[in-house]
Amino acid sequence: MTEKQPQDLLLINGKPYTSRLLVGTGKYRDMEETKRAIEASGAQIVTFAIRRSNIGQNRDEPNLLDAVPPDKYTLLPNTAGCFDAETAVRTCRLARELLDGHNLVKLEVLGDKKTLYPDIPATLDATKTLIEDGFDVMVYTNDDPVMAKRFEELGCVAVMPLAAPIGSGLGIRNPYNIRTIVENAHVPILVDAGVGTASDAAVAMELGCDGVLMNTAIAEAKNPVLMASAMKKGIEAGREAWLAGRMPRRAYASASSPIDGTFFT
Amino acid sequence: MQVFINGKQTELPSGTSVQNLIEQFDIRDKVAVEINEEIVSRSRFELHTLEDGDRVEIVRAIGGG
Repeated sequence: MTEKQPQDLLLINGKPYTSRLLVGTGKYRDMEETKRAIEASGAQIVTFAIRRSNIGQNRDEPNLLDAVPPDKYTLLPNTAGCFDAETAVRTCRLARELLDGHNLVKLEVLGDKKTLYPDIPATLDATKTLIEDGFDVMVYTNDDPVMAKRFEELGCVAVMPLAAPIGSGLGIRNPYNIRTIVENAHVPILVDAGVGTASDAAVAMELGCDGVLMNTAIAEAKNPVLMASAMKKGIEAGREAWLAGRMPRRAYASASSPIDGTFFT
Repeated sequence: MQVFINGKQTELPSGTSVQNLIEQFDIRDKVAVEINEEIVSRSRFELHTLEDGDRVEIVRAIGGG
């Protein structure tokens, strides 16, 4: 650890974070499990969805904002489930009202129910509207380096390419594109979606990503709290390996012990 | 008057405010309210009265990724 920079911080919109793992709050068994998994993950930025209140029912159902208090975490409302720019923008405005003027949002505008791939033209439209309206946008996009650059130029505070379809757990399907996006970027690049296990998270970080956002990989593990801890370590290991700089790949062996001084000839 | 609350048609006495609605339905979660696709800020819940045909959306934070 002594060789590592003492303060390796992720900066999102000027705010420093020591954790590079961002987590979602969906698909958990209950609020207690949600809370424990988030704690084990060490995440400091937590995303959640906006939905209609259950009117007249489940009055004593625990509230997500109690499990994830805004004074402890940076809350990241998302537009999951929006298939057009207008509903995504409305969702962000409701979220800002819900959180008393909080401007940071995760924008996703989906284009296809089967793959949940983003609708890029609609995402561009929503991004422009939201930025004009004062939002700080972290945008979910595909792994296209040209689009990633476009979102950066529009003023997104982070660009979040998918590594594989949302909830698929297929891992980093196109590492060369993710690396190209990272190389070209002047804003944080976070892999959002597709990670299945801790080694996937490490691979994303070894490609130079600034962080990873995940939900299903933790929530659908047999033991979500243990997987959250594994993901934390995977992210840290991948980050340190990236900072350390890996050895070159060789086609043939390179002996680890010296040849000189052997007592046999 | 008839209003639509989270998509459900509901009969309410005229002059009902957003605050009355929150109390009537015993909504304890922190919520945000939109009427006819316009945000009604929390500070205006008492003052803002509903009108016939209004489409009210009351939303909250839930688990999601």
